[in-house]
Amino acid sequence: MLSFKELKSNLKKDNSKFPVKKVALLSDVATQFLAVALKGMGYERNYGIDLFEAEFNQVERQVMDPTSDLYQFAPDYTVVFQSTHKLLEKYSLMPPEAQATLADERLDFVQLMCQSVSGRVVYYNYPEIEDTVFGSYANKVASSFTYQLRKLNFELMNLAQKIPNLFICDIAGLQNKFGRDYMFDSNIYVSTEMVLSLDALPYVASRTLDVIGAIEGKFKKCLILDLDNTTWGGIVGDDGWENIQVGHGLGIGKAFSEFQQWVKKLKHRGIIIAVCSKNDEDKAREPFEKNPEMVLKIDDIAVFVANWNNKADNIRHIQSILNIGFDSMVFLDDNPFERNLVRENLPDVTVPELPEDPGEYLEYIYSLNLFETASYSTADADRTLQYQVESKRASLMQSFTNEADFLKSLGMVSEVKGFDSFNTVRVAQLSQRSNQFNLRTVRYTQADIESLGQDEEYATFSFTLADKFGDNGLICVIILKKLDTETLFVDTWFMSCRVLKRGMEDFTLHTIVEYARENGYKRIIGEYLPTAKNQMVEEHYPKLGFKKIEGAASQQFELIVGDHQGKEFYITKHTH
Amino acid sequence: MEQQEILAKVQDIFRDVLDNDSIVLTPQTTADDVEEWDSLSHIQLIVGIEKAFKIKFTSKEILSWNNVGEMIDCIAKK
Repeated sequence: MLSFKELKSNLKKDNSKFPVKKVALLSDVATQFLAVALKGMGYERNYGIDLFEAEFNQVERQVMDPTSDLYQFAPDYTVVFQSTHKLLEKYSLMPPEAQATLADERLDFVQLMCQSVSGRVVYYNYPEIEDTVFGSYANKVASSFTYQLRKLNFELMNLAQKIPNLFICDIAGLQNKFGRDYMFDSNIYVSTEMVLSLDALPYVASRTLDVIGAIEGKFKKCLILDLDNTTWGGIVGDDGWENIQVGHGLGIGKAFSEFQQWVKKLKHRGIIIAVCSKNDEDKAREPFEKNPEMVLKIDDIAVFVANWNNKADNIRHIQSILNIGFDSMVFLDDNPFERNLVRENLPDVTVPELPEDPGEYLEYIYSLNLFETASYSTADADRTLQYQVESKRASLMQSFTNEADFLKSLGMVSEVKGFDSFNTVRVAQLSQRSNQFNLRTVRYTQADIESLGQDEEYATFSFTLADKFGDNGLICVIILKKLDTETLFVDTWFMSCRVLKRGMEDFTLHTIVEYARENGYKRIIGEYLPTAKNQMVEEHYPKLGFKKIEGAASQQFELIVGDHQGKEFYITKHTH
Repeated sequence: MEQQEILAKVQDIFRDVLDNDSIVLTPQTTADDVEEWDSLSHIQLIVGIEKAFKIKFTSKEILSWNNVGEMIDCIAKK
């Protein structure tokens, strides 16, 4: 982790080329250092943090007063740090009969705040202070500080599930990892009213930027594993599949078992697991297929690469199959040479150090928080299967000489409908994930999607795609804004790269044009807003027959509905 | 450790934390003499010194020094 001093020196660097995020910081303790750490960490993550620091101890006033500086500032993110220290003080000043209401009172405030503040709220939960007034017996006393504090942290999780714009930043988890004496420095507190130590600040800032980055669409999608001495102990080529170290009992095998269990949980969460190993492929596969102690099975691996080529080339190959950005990949390897080789050749891939002792792998990896996310749905869990299916589809395609015949043979069906309670989670999630096939890269939360679905000024469409190999689920979203009675503006068009080259773009346009015709619209306007990642769709509208609007300030394109002649597609529309 | 030795080490910490290699400390130096030395960077300096000398100041000590000399006396006593 970078030091506070390094973060501070980042403030002198030029961040003008980074996108600006407006962040308000509200706290009941002094925040000068936290503000420096957040801005410095913002630089590390390629954001310019435009920070509004409310005056000390103004959380309630800023939130309750609709004319406050906070509302004037209109932040994208409001980071709220209500400290355990001040909560304990409040508790201590309460009459004893009121102490049992501490958690509920604070939760009411958080709820009110989330309703009032625009943008997202990133709320720090409460690292524990054990006041030992009751000792361990506090667990049996509902009015004890320990009880109220734990209740508060627990209920914050429930609140976050109910309120889409509330995100908890788990600094209590940080304290669990590093200890209270690491998090808190009494000297700093006494002389400055700040409750975080200089050593803790970079971690707190990092976890905060993890949350913001995930909401902005920066998160990891794929974990690439080395095998020998990373996934299991020993060298399978030398030791044989039955003698590698994995499994419970005495010795280092359990460290690898637990590491594999962690990987399996990630896979269930929807992270794609790939293997990149210097081995003969048949030998590398044997443990997965034959060793009963292996937690990871061959079905858990979406892409399996074992050969003697260099690992940077192999990771490029994995990337080409998965079609995701290098910056969404994490590579774990025990060998420092391989780590450096990948870092040098593929600087966007995240390549963490690993401790020398495999027994320390997991605790070290935990400290990195590599897989922050801003959404989760059960559809994520199917992703490995989808990528395995994709490689089958690729081999079928090779057996057809004619693309149309291939597409016809797939028997593709798409369900088209507006936003409703069944699909808002997935629509919002795709809105945050889609980087490449995304024309304007406007990120919408679940709450935004819900209100767009109701809004008469907009027409919304979601598309699924299934074929004979399986169901891809919801893969494309269109949001049309009704500019006037004759004109539709394509506010949002994004699509999962999984379904490229299936004619989905033509089918989608056909759906839009059909809607326009039925509702009397004469023109459709599309816009391309370039980002670092969406070059793929630069020519999207011209390819579909839109004409560039000359003289427009941005890259806008127009389609006259009456003139439109669509291309042929092989997708059947399915409606209820 | 001799006072001079401590002063040299503290000076290095000042230069590092305040990111200014031209800082020269004497026992008489006060916060007014060093541009970057404010109440906030003071905390960074304290933490830096505590780590380098593997000592811990009390809250009272931190607020009591009037110049670098008094700070060094305090380190020497630890």
